[in-house]
Amino acid sequence: MALLQISEPGQSTAPHQHRLAAGIDLGTTNSLVASVRSGEAIILHDSNGVGSIPSIVHYGENGVSVGLEAKAYAISDAVNTVASVKRFMGRTLDDITASHKELPYNLSASKNGLVTIETRTGVVNPIQVSSEILKPLIELAKSTLAGELDGVVITVPAYFDDAQRQGTKDAAELLGVKVFRLLNEPTAAAIAYGLDNDQEGIIAVYDLGGGTFDISILRLNKGVFEVLATGGDSALGGDDIDQVVSDWIIEQSGYDGEHSPALQREIMLLACRAKESLSLQDSTELTLNLPCGNDWHGQLSREVFDSLIQPIVKRTLMACRRAVRDAEIKTCDILKVVMVGGSTRVPLVREKVGQYFEQQPLTSIDPDKVVAIGAAIQADILAGNKPDSDMLLLDVLPLSLGLETMGGLTEKVITRNTTIPVAKAQEFTTFKDGQTAMALHILQGERELVEDCRSLARFELRGIPPMAAGAAHIRVTFQVDADGLLSVSAMEKSSGVQTSIEVKPSFGLTDNEVASMIKDSMTYAKDDMEARMLAEEKVEASRVHEGLASALQDDAHLLSGDEKSQIEQAMAQLASAHAGDDLKLIKEAIALCDTASQDFASRRMDQSIRQALSGQSVDNI
Amino acid sequence: MNYFELFALPSSFDLNVNELRAKYLELQRAVHPDKFANASERERLLAVQTTAQINDGFAVLKTPINRAEHLLALAGIELAHEHQTIKDPMFLMEQMELREALEEIPSCDDPEQAIIDFGQQIDRHISGFEQQFLGLFTAGDELSLNTCADNVRKLKFMLKLATEARELEERLFGF
Repeated sequence: MALLQISEPGQSTAPHQHRLAAGIDLGTTNSLVASVRSGEAIILHDSNGVGSIPSIVHYGENGVSVGLEAKAYAISDAVNTVASVKRFMGRTLDDITASHKELPYNLSASKNGLVTIETRTGVVNPIQVSSEILKPLIELAKSTLAGELDGVVITVPAYFDDAQRQGTKDAAELLGVKVFRLLNEPTAAAIAYGLDNDQEGIIAVYDLGGGTFDISILRLNKGVFEVLATGGDSALGGDDIDQVVSDWIIEQSGYDGEHSPALQREIMLLACRAKESLSLQDSTELTLNLPCGNDWHGQLSREVFDSLIQPIVKRTLMACRRAVRDAEIKTCDILKVVMVGGSTRVPLVREKVGQYFEQQPLTSIDPDKVVAIGAAIQADILAGNKPDSDMLLLDVLPLSLGLETMGGLTEKVITRNTTIPVAKAQEFTTFKDGQTAMALHILQGERELVEDCRSLARFELRGIPPMAAGAAHIRVTFQVDADGLLSVSAMEKSSGVQTSIEVKPSFGLTDNEVASMIKDSMTYAKDDMEARMLAEEKVEASRVHEGLASALQDDAHLLSGDEKSQIEQAMAQLASAHAGDDLKLIKEAIALCDTASQDFASRRMDQSIRQALSGQSVDNI
Repeated sequence: MNYFELFALPSSFDLNVNELRAKYLELQRAVHPDKFANASERERLLAVQTTAQINDGFAVLKTPINRAEHLLALAGIELAHEHQTIKDPMFLMEQMELREALEEIPSCDDPEQAIIDFGQQIDRHISGFEQQFLGLFTAGDELSLNTCADNVRKLKFMLKLATEARELEERLFGF
């Protein structure tokens, strides 16, 4: 690794470098990557000119393949060909078997009940499968942009809960890629759409993808994208349309024999093709090769198709009504309705959405590309390539967060549609005399009963001094960051004895499972864990050093001479640690810089607040 | 934390919401974590915490009931987690009548219209209490402030009714 350059104190640091960043749309059906090149966000194409890959992974005898190559095995080797894995993310085996009747996989559960898939190369979890899909996309970005990426923005359905978000982030981190942000898909679409059209006012983004449905209501104003409310269903999409059509085909064909994985796949693909052709024509012919040797021929009209999918469309409209109400607006306040996701090509969807919002929805932008484009624009800004950008994204928490209380009830701590980042504290007390520990169970969802909400994490707070029931004051703080990810801390405060714990609900994988996943990940087959950790720590060291250097350049006046030289000393130590290969030394030097600059950082934050509030009037907003 | 100070706005119930929103966006532009994507861990955490505070302040100040409660808290009257009850018999009688009216909505001839009327009735009560609060809080003496506190307690009752009316609407009309 090259030596880190350090400028003389007070002098300007290196000229601004263009950083490499990409936006990734990790979809249920297809995935794509985009990047800003020469000021314009474009979808990246591989050497064959292909701009998106099917989100399918095949675990074959000769290794893993992804995309079109994997899709070729969808029928012949269905058991080892994983499609639509996004629907499994953050879900337990019980969730999946309850919502999917027939899947061509051998499913099993991890130690904590999460769904895993048994393939010929071993048991894999949805994070690992997603990581395989991300790999070629990241490689494509690296080769097109000719360099290592500084970071990526990955899009997630707005309605994804904490476990699904954490899983998506972990999938990228398995590859050693820095995730700048998880960006909600409708927000990404709004960026691509809003910046293009210089639009102002309230817009609705209706996003019906392969496996998820989102509705977001946003206020667009001079570069500010403010999400007013979001709603949806993280298990509703084109796959469900395929499912009802498949059920119809099976019923019509009268076939009651065994459903092999290959046959299931074949029927699903047939259903999907029928759906696609009915977007263009009024009727479609179907042929199914049945194992008994008899082929089944049938016809599906648009009318029958519409009646089959009517309940699905209705579910999406109910979510729209709720979102409109949560946003505290009326449908007539909505200026435009933007359609995103491949499933919005279905004519009935367009018709019903148009009826509900009382306007023609916008279908002029490519519903498959707009999300990746929006992600690329934000990645470019987060990388620091556009310091003058006035874009600001204010997103919300999609589902309420709470704690289990006595009687199996959920107490909400942060309600849905609260703008993030957010921190909220709530106090709880003990139930029994002399109780010294408390079990905290963190939940996400809108329902009152614990069993109807998603369980995110459990942890215990110990060391509470024995007191009468109700005398202890346990303060539990929930903090949600800009990615929508939660961390929780708890503290007993009544007696002055403070106990504090920090928990990152991590989709229920045990530490060992996480460690073995990283070890297994192909990228690091050559290197060992330590080499990877060293490399990552060096990147963090550069970041800290660079950040401090530019902070000192701008705001040295906030420091006394002593304070400044302390920071400079810490920086010098960091630079020399960075030059070496001692992981421990680098960590210590980073910690030293952190301590030395603690007050400096908060003074700078205070200064930013004062500057923001001075000399601005209502008019120039 | 005094949220009026955070937004450099006068401590008043009669707040210009447009001005609040403008200051909110200016503050967000300065401290939002997206501005610190490349900063050190500490600065990123600080940005998350500061933005969380600004978001909370905005949520408190923009909603009249929360703003009223915040003003009272700053004046030394803490209403959060209190167990004070309302002793105004007139008000309690009215509450009972409103509750009965709400319960009868599903069985009346035109529930859809009834629920709209009910909502408007509640809204009138709410703005009445808000007007009263404004006058009394400006007076500022101890008696007025205590009446203000009572006012906020009554507002909470009304808002609870409004929420229940919305939930009923959801059950009746499926959204």
